Amino acid sequence: MGRKILFITTDQQRYDTLGCNGGTLARTPVVDALAAGGIRYERAHPQSVVCMPSRSTMITGQHPSTHGVWMNGVPLPEAAPSIAEVLQGAGYRTAIIGKPHFEPFLDPFGRFPENGFARNGTFGPHRGFDHFESATHGAAGPLHYARWLADTHPEAVAMFYPVLDGALEVNAMGGGDTGAPQAHVNRIPREWYHTDWVADRTISWLSSLPIADDWFCWMSFPDPHHPWDPPASEVARIDWRDVPLPPGYIEDRAERERVLDLKPRHYRAWYDGRLVSNYEAPLNWVPATLTPDQVREINALNAVECELIDEAIGRVLAAVAARGWTDDVDIVFTTDHGELQGDFGLMFKGPYHVDGLMRLPFIWRPAPSSNQAAAVVSKPVGHVDLAPTFCAIAGVEVPSWMEGKPLPISDADAEARGFERVLTEWDSELFGVGVHVRTITNDQWVCTTYLPGSAHDGSEGELYDLEDDPLQRVNRWDDPTLASMRSDLIADLWDHQPAMVSPLPLVQAPV
Amino acid sequence: MYGTIRHEIRIHRPASDVWALAGDAAKLHHWFPGIVDCTVDGTSRVIVTGAGIPMPEEILACDNTQRRFQYRLTTPLITHHRGTIDVIDLGDDTCLVVYATDCDPRTMALVIGGGTAGALVELKRLMENPATGQVETDHEGGEH
Repeated sequence: MGRKILFITTDQQRYDTLGCNGGTLARTPVVDALAAGGIRYERAHPQSVVCMPSRSTMITGQHPSTHGVWMNGVPLPEAAPSIAEVLQGAGYRTAIIGKPHFEPFLDPFGRFPENGFARNGTFGPHRGFDHFESATHGAAGPLHYARWLADTHPEAVAMFYPVLDGALEVNAMGGGDTGAPQAHVNRIPREWYHTDWVADRTISWLSSLPIADDWFCWMSFPDPHHPWDPPASEVARIDWRDVPLPPGYIEDRAERERVLDLKPRHYRAWYDGRLVSNYEAPLNWVPATLTPDQVREINALNAVECELIDEAIGRVLAAVAARGWTDDVDIVFTTDHGELQGDFGLMFKGPYHVDGLMRLPFIWRPAPSSNQAAAVVSKPVGHVDLAPTFCAIAGVEVPSWMEGKPLPISDADAEARGFERVLTEWDSELFGVGVHVRTITNDQWVCTTYLPGSAHDGSEGELYDLEDDPLQRVNRWDDPTLASMRSDLIADLWDHQPAMVSPLPLVQAPV
Repeated sequence: MYGTIRHEIRIHRPASDVWALAGDAAKLHHWFPGIVDCTVDGTSRVIVTGAGIPMPEEILACDNTQRRFQYRLTTPLITHHRGTIDVIDLGDDTCLVVYATDCDPRTMALVIGGGTAGALVELKRLMENPATGQVETDHEGGEH
C-alpha cells in the first residue's frame, strides 16, 4: 500500500483569501491546518490565468505552448498526456469530481466527450480517470451536477445567477445589495449547492474503494469563481458593510487612473470600456463604474464561498480519516488562477499578469507517514510542477514529456534544484482582437513583455519589484536604471519559454 | 453583436467530387461531426445536433456552377446567421473548401465555427481516405 493523493482545486481564488496567507476575511481553518502541517508556497504561479489552459497544465505537466490549449475554447486533445493515466498505469484508482474544463462547455453539437457523460448517464473513463463526475458554476450545461439538480430539485435550477446573458456573453447584470456585476442572492439550500455536492460525491467515490487501494482523487470546486451567488442562508456570515477595501483597490479615482496609465495601454482601455480583449470579462460592463461598495460586497460573497469550500474539505478529510487513510494521504491544495477582485479598480480576469491573477494559494501537506517537515517555500514554483510531484509521491518516474519538477520541500531544496523562475503566458485571438503576453517571475521581480497584437506594438511591458512594490503599482519597465536587468530577465524568459505548438490548434468555442 | 468566422481546408480531390458531398443539403450529417440527422423539405432543412437539439434552417442558395451553398439557422435564439460553403477548384485536381459563419450573437459564430472547422477536417478525411469513410455521394465516381 502506497501514498494516496487528494488533489484539491478551486477556481479563481486569490492567494490572500486564506488565513494562512494573511487573509482576514474568510475563516479557513481546515486549509490553514494543512498549511501549518505541510509546505506552504508563497510564490506559486499558474502558467495561464484562465481556466482551460491552466487546468490543461495541471493534468499534463506542460506549459500551454506545449499542450496547445493556448486560450479558453481550445480543447485539450484527447490524446494529450495525463497524470491520471500515469498513476492509473501504476495501479492507482483515479477520479476527477467537480469542474474539469479540459474541453469547451458551450457545446451544442455534443462534440466533446467531457460533456457527453452526464447526458449518457455515464461517469467516464476519460483522460486516465476511472471516474469522471462533473460540475460547473451553476445549474446550466451538460454536466453531472446540473443533471442531478434538474432531476432531484428542479425548482432550484433557476435560483442561480445566469452566468451568460441572452447573447451568450458573460453576464454584466448586477445584483446583491450594491448592483455589483455577477453578485446574486441565491435561494438554493446549502446542501444542494455545488460546493457541498462536490464534497458529497467525493466522499461517495472514496467510500466505494477498498481500504487497500491506492487512489488519486482530483476534487475540483467551481467556486469562488464568479458568479458570486453562494446560498443565501450563508451570506450573513460576512456583512459586506463591515468589509474593508482590499489593499489592491485604490479608492481615489485620480490616483487609480494614474496607476493604470503607468501600465500597458490595454489596462486603461478596458477600465474605460474601450476594449474588452477577452471573453472572460463581461462585454457590457465597464470597470470604471465599479464602486467601493461593490468591491466590498463581492469580496464578502467571495469570502463566504471560500468558507464553504473550507468546510466541505473538512468533511472530506473526516471521511478520509474514518477510512483510516489519513497517515498515507498527500493533500495538495491550489486553484487554477486568481481574481482581480478590485485591484486597480478591475474585476474578473484577462491578460493582466499581476499578483491578483498570478499569485496562487498553493499548499502541499505530505502524507504524515512520510515524516516530511513543515516548511514555507518562497522560491518560485508553478502548476507545471504538480504532475511531477504526483509522480514522485507515487514513486513513479517523471515522464520526459512533463516540463516541471517535483515541488521543493524547502527553500534550500528549491535552490539546490534550480527553482529560479516561473513562466506565465497569455494568447488570445477573439473577434479581431489579439493579445500575446509572456511573463517571467523570480523571487524578486515579475517581468512581462507584450508581443505585437491589436492593442500593443511589441514595445510595451511591465516590471515590478515584488519586495518594494508588492501591490505592483509602479511599472519600472522604462526605468533606465533597470534596463540591463530587464534585458537579462527577458533573455532568461525566452531561454526557458517553450515554443508554441504548430499548427496552432483552433478555438472551437468561447469557453 | 455580430461575429464572423472563416475556416478553410485544401482537399486533394477534384472540386466536383467534393461538391457532390458538400453541396448535398441532405448529407451534412455525413461529414459534420456533431450533427446526427438532417432532413430536407424544399428550402427547409432541420438538423439535429449531437446534444439532441433540433435546429431549423432555411436553404438560401445551392449553386452548382459556383459550387456555393448558403443557409441560415432560423431559430429565434439567433438574430442573424448565414453559413456559406464554397468549393473552389484549384486546377490541379485539388480544391479549397471555405466554410464561413456569420452570426449575431457573435458567440454563436464561435460555437458554430468550431463545429465547421471539425467538419472540414472530416470532409477532407472522407474525400482523401474513402476506405475509412462511410460517405455516399450521388456523383459519378463518388465513394461508396
